[in-house]
Amino acid sequence: MAAAPKPEAGLQWLLNAITLPRHARLGIGPTIALAVLVLIILSAVFAPLIAPHDPLLMDATQRLKGPSSLHPLGTDSYGRDILSRVITGGRISLVIGVSVAVASIGIGLAIGLVAGFFRRADAIVMRIMDGLMAIPSIMIAIALVALNGPSLWSVMAAIAIPEVPRVVRLVRSVVLSAREEPYVEAAIALGSSMPKILFQHLMPNTLAPLIVQGTYVCASAILTEAILSFLGAGVASEIPTWGNIIAQGRSYFQIKPTLILWPGLMLSLCVLSVNLLGDAARDRLDPRLRKRGE
Amino acid sequence: MTGYFIRRVLAIVPVMAIVVVCVFLLLRLTPGDPAAILAGDTATAEQLERIRQSLGLADSLPVQFARWLGLLAQGDFGTSLISGSPVTGMIAQRIWPTLNIAILTLILTIAIAVPLGVIAAWRHRTWADYAVMSFSVLGFSVPVFVIGYTFILVFSLELRWLPVQGYVAPTQDFGQFIVRAILPCLALATVFIALIARMTRTSMLEVLGEDFIRTARAKGIKESWVLFRHALRNAAVPILTIIGTGFALLIGGAVVTESVFNIPGIGRLTVDAILARDYPVIQAMTLLTSGIYVLINLLIDLSYAFIDPRIRY
Repeated sequence: MAAAPKPEAGLQWLLNAITLPRHARLGIGPTIALAVLVLIILSAVFAPLIAPHDPLLMDATQRLKGPSSLHPLGTDSYGRDILSRVITGGRISLVIGVSVAVASIGIGLAIGLVAGFFRRADAIVMRIMDGLMAIPSIMIAIALVALNGPSLWSVMAAIAIPEVPRVVRLVRSVVLSAREEPYVEAAIALGSSMPKILFQHLMPNTLAPLIVQGTYVCASAILTEAILSFLGAGVASEIPTWGNIIAQGRSYFQIKPTLILWPGLMLSLCVLSVNLLGDAARDRLDPRLRKRGE
Repeated sequence: MTGYFIRRVLAIVPVMAIVVVCVFLLLRLTPGDPAAILAGDTATAEQLERIRQSLGLADSLPVQFARWLGLLAQGDFGTSLISGSPVTGMIAQRIWPTLNIAILTLILTIAIAVPLGVIAAWRHRTWADYAVMSFSVLGFSVPVFVIGYTFILVFSLELRWLPVQGYVAPTQDFGQFIVRAILPCLALATVFIALIARMTRTSMLEVLGEDFIRTARAKGIKESWVLFRHALRNAAVPILTIIGTGFALLIGGAVVTESVFNIPGIGRLTVDAILARDYPVIQAMTLLTSGIYVLINLLIDLSYAFIDPRIRY
């Protein structure tokens, strides 16, 4: 992103947000959220080193055991170590959360820039987006996974596609108002090339709202992945994801609720911290929305 | 006004057309042979051929689409690959539990969320406000099945106040329906409450800053009357809008909730279809839920004129 920031460019806001000047800007809530999220990310990345056991290792002699020094959170119905599974379970969720956010924002940005700037494309593109938004996202995802099989790629695509229209709408609305700004008119009058206007003058405006939207997409993707896994429409059930662990714990919930509560807690904490960071980013980056969200 | 109504009703035609085209293309554009995808790995050659013929895959896409559209228009959503019975009938059989749960959830949501949002705005920047907002962030973050299982654990297994799972039709025994439906409805409502409470608060905050509220208070009108009669009515349009757009959450949540609480509705039907790879059912459910979503948002749009007399089209 070598684009020189315009006076109100998002890049400048981002820099302000990250450099943390005088008034220490990160509140207590977002700080805790950040710490929790960093812990979850680190434990997921280093899961093979941290996890006390192989998360896939079954042990028929250790079925549904309670907490012990060997298995701090107990074992599941196959005698697998719950702690190791819960630590490993974050990997898929985080990969999907981040990649869905990046993919849907990238695609949505491209479509939204075009729709916002070219009036003729706008009508057609936005009607298609309206139609896509009318299909409940979980149903598109279920249909896509049912058709393409439960691979990691198809789950990612299934979660990313329904998110695209929302990003397009956001980018389009920003571009629609920005293109009326004098500096854009000046650029057009001076004969700047179309890509230059789109990427150098208009795109920086979308950066701040997109960062905020990106965190919300990430949170919602993590939730959707867990729901898909839980419903049996996610990645293969052998892979320990939080949703899969919960789905497999269901039959034993009445005798051993922790089979669901531990992965559920990790999942909720993860989504909660991403959401809180999203709120913090919104308050920081988008003063117009501050009143609405606080 | 009538002109607006007609235009708004007609506006759903392109949206539904795109929904139908998307759903149609979903199967046809999937890489590989659609018949093989539908039939699964264990299909025999005859089964494949039968599916190919029933889909008319030999014809061009527009011909296939036209034929499929004709069937849809007659209410024919195809036949289940597992049971062989018409999907329309399967859905009709299972739709009532879902509708009953959805209606009760909607009532609970509005009854809880709107007062919460009003209080949060009224007591802006106090502990009450922060409590409502914290609940709202939590509601967005905790997945519905975690909420559902936590409710079962606390209220059914530990306290033993309510049955664990199951469903009784309200026409059969209304008391039993409520007793069994209350936990699923509350679990389903949580995210919806979070969303609507937040929107109510935002909308109320804007209205409470208006001059006519100060006037009303200066006249000495009771505060509750000011809040609910003067402010809430003026804040109603954004709240209604979010109830409509939030309905998609409810649809997704219903699939999960019915699975957690063992309710024999169309959400459960969808889950069974996922597990059995019964694509016609999934396709029909996608169309149905989209249709319901569009219809609800249409009704809400049309209701604005009645809610807010200032709105003239």
